[in-house]
Amino acid sequence: MTHGVATGHARPQSFLRRHVFSVDHKVIGRQYLDLALVAVVTGMVLSWIMRFHLGWPETPVPGLGKLAPTGAAGGVITPEFYLALMTMHGTIMVFFVLTTAPFAGFGNFFLPIHVGAEDMAFPRINMTSFWVTLLALLVLLSAFFVGDGPPLSGWTAYAPLSAVGKDAGPGQGVGQTLWAVSIAIFCIAQLLGSLNFIATTLDLRTRGMSLARLPFATWAWFITSVIGLVAFAVLMPACILLILDRVAGTSFFIPAGLVISDRLQPHAGGSPLLWQHLFWFFGHPEVYIAILPGFGIVSQILPVFARKPLLGPRVFITCLIAIAFLSYTVWGHHMFLSGMNPLSATLFSVPTLVITIPATIITLLWIGTLYGGRLRFTSASLFALGFVSVFVSGGISGFFLAQPSTDIYLHGTYFVVAHFHFVMGVAAMFGIFAGTYFWFPKMFGRMMNETLGKWHFWLTFIGVYCVFMPMHYLGLAGNVRRYSAFTDDYLQPLIPLHRFITVAALFTGAVQLIFLFNLIRSRVRGPKAPDNPWEATTLEWSTSSPPPHDNFGGRQPVVSHGPNEYGGAGPRDYVMQADPQ
Amino acid sequence: MSTAVLPPSTNVPAAPVVATGGGPRPSVAQTGVWIGIATISMSFAALTSALVVRQSSAPDWQHFPLPPLLYLNTLVLLLSSVTLEQSRRREAIATLNATLVLGLLFVLGQVLAWRQLGAQHLLLATGPRSAFFYLFTALHALHVLGGLGGLLYVQRRLAGAALAPATFKAAAVYWHFMAVLWLYLLTLLTIRG
Repeated sequence: MTHGVATGHARPQSFLRRHVFSVDHKVIGRQYLDLALVAVVTGMVLSWIMRFHLGWPETPVPGLGKLAPTGAAGGVITPEFYLALMTMHGTIMVFFVLTTAPFAGFGNFFLPIHVGAEDMAFPRINMTSFWVTLLALLVLLSAFFVGDGPPLSGWTAYAPLSAVGKDAGPGQGVGQTLWAVSIAIFCIAQLLGSLNFIATTLDLRTRGMSLARLPFATWAWFITSVIGLVAFAVLMPACILLILDRVAGTSFFIPAGLVISDRLQPHAGGSPLLWQHLFWFFGHPEVYIAILPGFGIVSQILPVFARKPLLGPRVFITCLIAIAFLSYTVWGHHMFLSGMNPLSATLFSVPTLVITIPATIITLLWIGTLYGGRLRFTSASLFALGFVSVFVSGGISGFFLAQPSTDIYLHGTYFVVAHFHFVMGVAAMFGIFAGTYFWFPKMFGRMMNETLGKWHFWLTFIGVYCVFMPMHYLGLAGNVRRYSAFTDDYLQPLIPLHRFITVAALFTGAVQLIFLFNLIRSRVRGPKAPDNPWEATTLEWSTSSPPPHDNFGGRQPVVSHGPNEYGGAGPRDYVMQADPQ
Repeated sequence: MSTAVLPPSTNVPAAPVVATGGGPRPSVAQTGVWIGIATISMSFAALTSALVVRQSSAPDWQHFPLPPLLYLNTLVLLLSSVTLEQSRRREAIATLNATLVLGLLFVLGQVLAWRQLGAQHLLLATGPRSAFFYLFTALHALHVLGGLGGLLYVQRRLAGAALAPATFKAAAVYWHFMAVLWLYLLTLLTIRG
């Protein structure tokens, strides 16, 4: 390990350099979080429109007829427009919220501080990666405003429908091309971001900050960036192949003799399954890119509020590494329905079941940490506990989906929708909320309102269970996913349950206004935050709130302790990493 | 509404600190280059697997001889690696300039090879093999151009006597990797012909 942290950029003077085109990792982290906030609101509104339509398929959505005159003439959504909403909801949420906020957002702000550095290893590349992310989001959102609207082929963009162009439906022309270009651009941003995270963790650690003393969140960001480096390095060439099939007439993914919309496609010999393999080789690790930062955040928060060290810190890190490794061996479980050889299905099923072992061990470590702890219930700790709850709820349904025999029945149903929303969507969101309540005082120098935070937690916690728990039942009852309405078939009796879910989703969404209000109000009027309001140990709590431009006021912290020293005797029951030996 | 805060910690110690500076500056550039190499390798590994799958997915793999110019280009690229290494060891500008010229010649040579293929009506969309040929060579050429940008930076710093040896080493490692990657791609395109 090498020492020395000076990245040597002075505090810039102009407004643009300080707040817009800043190379300061803290500004960039906040920019990522702001971008994710815009994206999550957009994605949530899209899901509301979808949910409304699923509950009341023939009732016009107020105002929608004017916004989308072709997709929702008179406010009633066409099946194609439903698919467009679904595609954009999934793409925005997975890429621009679940990947962006917990990893790029919090990671950018806190990883350099956690290791005791002034900034990231490559500050300019760091700034570039944010602006490239924003460009990717703008390209994606522009699909709403082009001729035939956003693409229909889901966030997974399965070939050949995603590859053949506008014959495949409205939005499959320019809209789908914009999607592929946007995701390729996003890959560049993520690769640049991961490069910075890894180099910073390896090279810029301060004196005494051995790998064993890295805070758990930083371990998680580090491992996530390694996963991201490999995963996005595969998705990007896949997107290039897709774009070439669409605009250059190649046939990577389009087979011969394909007739779509009564037209023989002028391509030959491609393999639609090739796209699925490339996509899911990225796509499954992507699940861990979304959730591992949550693991890190929760593992950092629980000991603080249980006033006990995290149980088995080395086991925890070993499990993170095991998950990272195994995440590359399981992608085929997304393709059990694609007609794969049953032997292959078994080969993918086994590691899928095996990967639950490290995940389960980590969950047990969290519960063991809480056992006998002196719990302090704050908004941050409640959301961390909620994370454990929803992660377990979503994880258990994974056992059924890991086995081809049950997955073949469940894969096309709402059971899967419930599974991935719990384990990836809601759990990661709870990690983001926990991180926000925990680190807001450090980021903005002001405390958030705890009463509002607790209301936000309990109403959200109840809300998400009301939304996603019944979907397991829908799936078991054979309710197919991706369909826009169930008015004409055997699923009609399930519509009242869909209505319940819709009401719960609208309610849970409305509850987020409490969070938004708290976020904005606290930023302006919250009480001043002390340097270490939660009595935590890691380096960010040794510097001022918010930290100065160079994080530690021109001086370099020296680390003499691990991040996990809680529960000691004496007037102060914790030892900070920067405390003297 | 109360804003519950944990009991204020009255005894938060200031971080014991030492002055910044001192000690060698870590070579983040080299770490960055190695991470970049890992990423690029992964991308080309993905494309290689795509080639293997695509070749076996349909009997439309069209055989054509690679333009012989490619072998000359290979020599040029390898030579550029040699001159770069000489430049790095002696911190010499002249051999670095030679590297830049040879690198540019390589890219121009690749463009000429594409034109030769194009003259035979072998275009990107003609068949899967030509598609992969153009894809691999174009992506590699883009990375070489990026490397040339890096070497230009090195040249300017070297001329101003402001170049850290570690930065030069990082740029050289990247450039040698471009040669290794090209040898791999040429082999792949030959044996999968």
